[in-house]
Amino acid sequence: MPDDLNWAIGGEAGDGINSTGKIFAQALSRAGRHVFTSKDFASRIRGGYTAYKVRSSTERVESVVDRLDILIALTQRTVEENMDELHEGSVIIYDGERTMMEDFEAPEGMVGLPVPLKRLAEDAGGALMQNIVALGAACEVADFPIENLDEALEKRFGDKGESIVANNREAARLGEEHVVEELDHGEFDYDLETTDDDYVLLNGDEAIGMGAIAAGCRFYSGYPITPATDVMEYLKGRLERYGGHVMQAEDELAAINMALGAARAGARSMTATSGPGIDLMAETFGLVATSETPLVICDVMRSGPSTGMPTKQEQGDLDMLLYGGHGEIPRFVVAPTTISECFHKTVEAFNLAEQYQTPVYLVGDLSLAVTEQTFEPEEFDMESVEIDRGNIVGEDDLDAWLDDNDRFQPHFPAADGISPRTLPGTSGGAHMTTGLEHDELGRRTEEQDVRIEQVDKRNQKVETARENEDWDYREFGDSDAETLVLSWGSNEGAMREAIRFLDEADVDVRFLSVPYLFPRPDLTEEIEAAEDVIVVECNATGQFADVIEGDALTRVKRINKYDGVRFKADELAERITDEIDTAQEVPT
Amino acid sequence: MSSDIRFTDFKSDKQPTWCPGCGDFGTMNGMMKALANTGNDPDNTFVVAGIGCSGKIGTYMHSYALHGVHGRALPVGIGVKSANPDLEVMVSGGDGDGYSIGAGHFVHAVRRNMDMTYVVMDNRIYGLTKGQFSPTSREDFETATSPDGPKQAPVNPLALALAADGSFIAQSFSSDAQRHTEIVQEAVEHDGFGFVNVYSPCVTFNDVDTYDYFRDAIVDLDEEDHDPSDRDAAEAKIMDDDTEYQGVIYQDEKSVPYNERHGLDENMADIPDGAPEDATDLVREFY
Repeated sequence: MPDDLNWAIGGEAGDGINSTGKIFAQALSRAGRHVFTSKDFASRIRGGYTAYKVRSSTERVESVVDRLDILIALTQRTVEENMDELHEGSVIIYDGERTMMEDFEAPEGMVGLPVPLKRLAEDAGGALMQNIVALGAACEVADFPIENLDEALEKRFGDKGESIVANNREAARLGEEHVVEELDHGEFDYDLETTDDDYVLLNGDEAIGMGAIAAGCRFYSGYPITPATDVMEYLKGRLERYGGHVMQAEDELAAINMALGAARAGARSMTATSGPGIDLMAETFGLVATSETPLVICDVMRSGPSTGMPTKQEQGDLDMLLYGGHGEIPRFVVAPTTISECFHKTVEAFNLAEQYQTPVYLVGDLSLAVTEQTFEPEEFDMESVEIDRGNIVGEDDLDAWLDDNDRFQPHFPAADGISPRTLPGTSGGAHMTTGLEHDELGRRTEEQDVRIEQVDKRNQKVETARENEDWDYREFGDSDAETLVLSWGSNEGAMREAIRFLDEADVDVRFLSVPYLFPRPDLTEEIEAAEDVIVVECNATGQFADVIEGDALTRVKRINKYDGVRFKADELAERITDEIDTAQEVPT
Repeated sequence: MSSDIRFTDFKSDKQPTWCPGCGDFGTMNGMMKALANTGNDPDNTFVVAGIGCSGKIGTYMHSYALHGVHGRALPVGIGVKSANPDLEVMVSGGDGDGYSIGAGHFVHAVRRNMDMTYVVMDNRIYGLTKGQFSPTSREDFETATSPDGPKQAPVNPLALALAADGSFIAQSFSSDAQRHTEIVQEAVEHDGFGFVNVYSPCVTFNDVDTYDYFRDAIVDLDEEDHDPSDRDAAEAKIMDDDTEYQGVIYQDEKSVPYNERHGLDENMADIPDGAPEDATDLVREFY
């Protein structure tokens, strides 16, 4: 498979691993190749193993695989961490002059390429550029001309001056030259084809941020937390260009309350956080729903509970998102399944929030958030963005919504549950609302019939949405297959590739990827039509599997992963095969 | 904004359920007068109320209003003002809401200096839960949860505000209707975060910090030779534990509010019905 390249650079946190990886990923993308990246990182600024992996092909790639062809190892540990993925013929580039690496020898069957990274970087103008020397060497091994790096180096270092960019180009050239001239390694089997296609390269957090701007979001408040921080960093500066504002709050309690305030004032408003922040926001989440305020709350999940493993993948928050909070809280829960869907589902989340005046949990996970992937730019079609602000009432239409005493009724119990909404500043529309149970005027009540009326009208909004909106799943594989695989969130990419592996082994599966978790599609028919139902998710207990079992009143098989690492396509294919085999051995 | 607005326009038709004689009546009247006197009307005013007896103000006043969760009124107000700087934003709560459960937000709201007003009804007791000590209760104040007194120092909210570089720090007494109204009005007119701690006695559960006590104890800064722009003088008053002061204690006349420093001058509610015109540039950034 000479055209499918799995490349990585690894070392200590603080070694510039991420920026080097990003430069290579961008270079591949600009050369018209598809890219899928992943990161292994620790929650600290310096120290600790970290790696940036790039998978590239001329075909679209949607997951990582258990395979590493070229590894730039800045430390011995980098090799140890990746032994399972290295294979016969893998190339390991390292600095044989670096302390601790002098005695390094490539494992049996692999090719070790000692390149004096630091020395050559100094020759080019500074030791800081040693990763770029390594990158130049890797390009030579992959038969990927280093001119392809030019644009990415310009993008990364352009604001530091032309001489810095030139030095980095020289560093890459010295790395390339060293491999050509100094090392007797024979021919490598790579030939990275380039194309004229233009791709964009972005991660899920960035896609969410871009979707928010497209959807008219103008206020964002948040508190930094891995892996949601990139949403805020993306929006800062950009939201301001469109007349909006990003406010860094003192904590997540403030973040959601600021966002709530902006939403009450009429702004499309959002906050993003991860599990610990969602816990803190839970009380106000109930207020958002009860006061019927449109708000998008984004949870980019990471491993929990408590502080858990902050830089590791998990889909453990589903129960919290579906049921969290005291009392009974109407809500929407939408979980995009790919990076491009992060964009589209964010736009949708803002429309749902305003149409139904109900909070929307927009759910991502670490794998979506920190993975960069190439897409055709048309997948982010701004022309297709439609904005529906719901039942906002202006001064001219106010009369229909006033009571007999000319008071505006923000919680009018309409048959579809959707009340009118006036924005502050609208003459005659002044009203209060409260987290206390209230009447149609928004004023506190404990009258039993009013209580029932208001609870019913809030819940009715979800029923109205259930009927009026499409809550479709995404379908892949063989629709007639006996084995039905279900998953949610970022597993879609790995599963789509797993289908190809399974296909090669003559195993047919039907795969449904579910982006709507509440309301969600009714899968009863699909489940009844299947012999075997397997639910795939990154948690220990199978929270989505529980939901499916409850919906369809049946038992399902579960493939769970909670070691902090996402599913890999080949690994997933193997586990699905195992489940099917088990099913055949043990008749039900 | 029309000039014929009267303070009663800010009154809802709901009758307050505060205990007869509660300080909150006077506090609220002063707030309504201050809003009317500064040319505001209910349709351009947003009131955010905390939880507690004081929090009921959202119901008794007429304006756009939100009565939120306990301790988080200030962040809500900050969000409202950010989204539409044309609105007059007034946040109100009690000493428990602002200095206990919401103390974290108080400090940050002060230093953020958003152009809004914060009126705290300080009665030094938890009234709605029927008589437990509050963060401003005296060290020896006996309550259901402090039979021998809390035995901890009370919060000095004015000192907290000064330490957080507050740009307007004032104190009033709900019973002195004229002075209270004047002081809140100055807070509304201030360019920045106008903070007024209001002594608002609880007649049911606090028999120490009573109307009589405050009438005797209060010294009006207007009758002293006090210059509110003098930070050192303000600090001396604020750290003086033996006197209850009324008046504007500190005002930074050069205050530039957060909304101005960050160029927030648009109503964020106004958006196009599709993606912004040049939104495709955002996609191109990812080439």
